Parts: sequence; structure tokens; C-alpha cells
Amino acid sequence: MALVDVKGVTKRFGGLTAVSDVDLTVNVGEVHCLIGPNGAGKSTLFKLIVGLYPPTRGTILFDSIDITEERPFARVQRGMSIKMQAPSVFKELPVRQNIQIALQKRLSGAKRVVEEDRLLELLNLAPDSGKLAGALSHGQQQWLEIGMALALQPQLLLLDEPTAGMSPEETFRTGELIQSLNAEGMTVLVVEHDMAFVRQIAQRVTVLHLGKIFARGSLEAIIQDEKVAEIYLGKTHVH
Amino acid sequence: MFKLLDGSQTLGRGPTFWSCFLVVLAAALIYPVFADSYDVGNFSYFFIWIFMALGLCLMWGYGGMLSFGQTLFFGISGYAYGVLAINMGGGSTTIVALVLSIIIAMIAAGILGYFMIWGGISGIFFGIVTLSATLVLAFFLGQTAGPEWRIGSARLNGFNGMKGMDPLAIGDFYIEGVALYYVMVALIVIVYLALRMLVNSRIGNVIVATRENPQRAEMLGYDVRKYQLLTFTIGSGLAGLSGALYTSWGQFITPSSIGLPAAAMPIVWVAFSGRSDLTATLVGSFLLLFGFQTITVYSQQAALVLMGALLLATVMLAPQGFVLGVGKLVADRWSARRQRSSKLALADTSRLQPDET
Repeated sequence: MALVDVKGVTKRFGGLTAVSDVDLTVNVGEVHCLIGPNGAGKSTLFKLIVGLYPPTRGTILFDSIDITEERPFARVQRGMSIKMQAPSVFKELPVRQNIQIALQKRLSGAKRVVEEDRLLELLNLAPDSGKLAGALSHGQQQWLEIGMALALQPQLLLLDEPTAGMSPEETFRTGELIQSLNAEGMTVLVVEHDMAFVRQIAQRVTVLHLGKIFARGSLEAIIQDEKVAEIYLGKTHVH
Repeated sequence: MFKLLDGSQTLGRGPTFWSCFLVVLAAALIYPVFADSYDVGNFSYFFIWIFMALGLCLMWGYGGMLSFGQTLFFGISGYAYGVLAINMGGGSTTIVALVLSIIIAMIAAGILGYFMIWGGISGIFFGIVTLSATLVLAFFLGQTAGPEWRIGSARLNGFNGMKGMDPLAIGDFYIEGVALYYVMVALIVIVYLALRMLVNSRIGNVIVATRENPQRAEMLGYDVRKYQLLTFTIGSGLAGLSGALYTSWGQFITPSSIGLPAAAMPIVWVAFSGRSDLTATLVGSFLLLFGFQTITVYSQQAALVLMGALLLATVMLAPQGFVLGVGKLVADRWSARRQRSSKLALADTSRLQPDET
């Protein structure tokens, strides 16, 4: 069953067509990876799904409801949550308050404090909880933003390059986190360049190229695809 | 409730701060016993403007919206009080006029705010639009000298301003002099504590989140426009409170209290004080108003030039505000001294222990 159904979506910025007539289905309970070279339109497609850009044409369904005209906050209230490409946190506020703002809609009082502590431990940010978010390293800010996205307990988690700026160890841990969230039933859509990370988590892969769907299927099928290797993966990387 | 008063969004926390607060409040309460009535009246006049400054602090410092429209809502409410008090008659109806005029200012703020915020106006353009609206009202009221510009019995009177309204009263008792002073102190305490609770509440969390990163706040499921409109309406409503109190205090209001020099004043007070904190704004605005009044006795021009120079100095030397900077410095020194003395005490204790055993 489709949780997200993008139908014939096009996005133009003046003369540039960033996304062209894209159809994408993300099924309930899957980890779906969106890959493609730089400028393929991956982040634009993300922003269309979450409502930061209105599409020029096409419709977007979430849980079979047309959300094309809805503002981002309404889509978040429906059950989606996003981690943006560049860390997007409240830099002048303490780390704990960042998490608190994300949690306070769902929880209050002692329950919220317990959940704050749990998330801070999970993100390895407990020792830095009093620091301003802007004082964290790039990788830690990525973790913090993932934590804020998780605090909403979304049905659909959208992660735009979640491992940028992370060490290999942190990247692996992020992969494990995504797998465990998925095991609990969360649907995850990930834009990623790191193919080792994609291999770790992906159940289905869609390849975007020049704003269009270039290929889709299982990771194995995508890796076997000569054309995909030519445009993006580079044959030397595909083993 | 005390948790909200003492939350992380406001500087000045803990027993030391609240003890100081009570001492200052006690001093303010006994001040009329020792001071002459002229000084008490002057202090009431300074207090009138504090609400407007606190409102701007909420909008600008906490909400990230630089509104140049504080005197717009001050004027709307001030004139509304005049019109209502003249037409409704004196006595206790002046209290109703005060409340209604604040509501009118808040409705006006709600309408202007709705079009600005839902229209996507932010940053510097927010200041430009609110300033434009302020100037429009000041110019409009300036050309209402003719007898046709009247609402009921109340004549607007152009640049000469509206006069003839009663001051605040309960029955036959006029709230003037020392009584007005105590009403002002009570209102300031109520507004200050209420604002502390607001900014430390969940709503306050979203207000500062919207200032920091509106896109992220929306991505957490908050309709940031509603929070911005709420902030703008409350902040402007406080300017309305100042306006109605001003008209009732002086029993007149003129368009010059709305125009450009007047509109710049709250910005100077709040910038100099430290826009990101309510207490700094309260203290700094009072000090500036006191200083301004003292210099105005000798030369109004000199006072205005000094205000401009202060704004320049603030922007260049202490963009976070002078009063806030000094307050933080004192707090840091205080906590460092306490830490040092507690370490020394600990060292003493550990030296003693082996002897005891």
C-alpha cells in the first residue's frame, strides 16, 4: 500500500525544469532510497513532497489524501517529518531546547523530560545538551536534526543526505538507527550519495537523472543496470 | 507557575534575582512616601511607556519581528480612549474606555498583522510596512483640524490634538497622582510577570523557534504564521495600553506622539536595553526615559540628539544591548565568585577531614 504517491509532478524555476513528470511511490513500511548525480532533482523532489515548493504540475498523495495544496506544517501534522540537506536547527537555542520544541506537541511534563533524555542518549548528545546547537560540529547538528525529526514519531521520515559530515562509524550507526526504526514500522525515504550507506539500508531504489526517473527497483537490479552505472555509480564502484 | 516565571527564556533567575525583584518592588511601593508629588507624577509618566517597550521586546527580541508600528497602535488606542471617554461620559466608564481602546488597538494590529504575515512579509520589510502605516496615521490625523472631523462629541483637532477627555476614574474618584502611580506599578508588575510566563511557556518556545528558523519550526508542525500574529497582536496591544494610559494621564493626545521621532523612540529604548530580555528592557527603558526627561528640561533637541547617538553606539559597540551586557557581566562575576568561594569551602572541609578521623 502506497504511503506517498507522487503523480506526474513537474517543478520549473523560470526556464529550468528541476523535476519533470515524476511518478514515485513509497510503500508503507519500506526504506526507499533516492539516488542520482548532483543536480538530478532529488532535493527538489523532497521539498515538493514536504510542501516547501508548490509543484508546477501534478499531484502528491499522502495516505491516499491529496496534499498538493497543503502547507508544510499541515503535512507534518499528517505524519511526515524531514531532515533537510543542510543542518536546519535552532542554532541560538540549547540542544535540549531544540529537542523540547520538537517534542512539546506530543508530550508534556515528566513524560517529555524522559523522552528528551532518551533521544539525547540515542543521539550521543547528552553531554552537550546544555550547549547552543550552533556550537555543535556539523555531524552533531545532523544528529540533532535527525532527533528532532524522530521526536515527532512520524509515519514517514524523509532524510536528505543524513550522513553528510559524519565519520564512517557515525554513518554506520545512522544506518543501524534507520534499520531499527524501519523494523518498528516507520517508512523512510532517503536521499543519499554514499553507496555503502545505501547498500546498508535500501530495500528499494529510485534513480533520478536530469529531473526524470531514470530507473527503479531493488538495489541489486539497479547495480546491474549498465546505464545507471554510466550516469552515476561509475563502473568501478559497482561490485 | 513559578517554573514559567523562572524559565530559561528569561535572564535573571533563582532566589538572588527574585530577592532583588522584591527589594526593587518594595522600594517602588514606598517611594511616594518620601518623594514629592512632582517626582511621583514624573515616574508615573515614565511607567506609561514601559508597556510599549516590553511589547516591542516581545515582538523584536523574542519573535524576531522589528515593528516600527508601536506608536501606530499607541495612537489608535490613545485616540480611541479620547473618543470613547468623551462620548461615554466620565466616571467609571473611563475604565471601560481604557479596555475598549486596547481591544481596538489589538484588532487593528490583528488586521494589519494578518495581511503582512499571511502575505509573507518579514525581515526589514516588516519594519518598512509598519513604519509606513504609522506615518500614514500621523499624517492623516494631522489634517483633521476642520470641524467636520469629529466622532460624536469628540473633535480630532488636527495637529493641536484631541483634548477634553476625563482621566481614569472610579465613580467620583479620579485616578491621579499617587493613586495613578500605584496603578502603574501594579500594571507593570502584572504585565512583566505575565510576559515572563508567556515566553517561558510552550508558546514562547515556538515564538523563539520561529525567530531562529521559521522553516524548521514549520517543519515541526507549527503554523508559524499564527504564532507570529499572536506575538504581533500582544506586542501591539501593549503599545495600545501605553497609548490609552497616556491620553488619560495628560487628557490630550496629538499626532506628534505617533510620527517618526516618536516611532523611533521605542526602538532606541529596546535596542539600548537589550531586546532579547524582558528585564533588561524594563530596566533600560526606565533609565533612558528618566535620562531623556532630565535632559529635555534643558533642551529637547539635545535629548533627541543623545538618543540618536545612543542608538548608533548600541549598534556599533553593543548590538545585544548595553543593559543586557552589563547585567550578564555582573551575573557572570557573581556566579564566578560564588563558585570560587564554594571551592574554597570544599577545600577547607577536605583539609579538616583527616584531622577529624
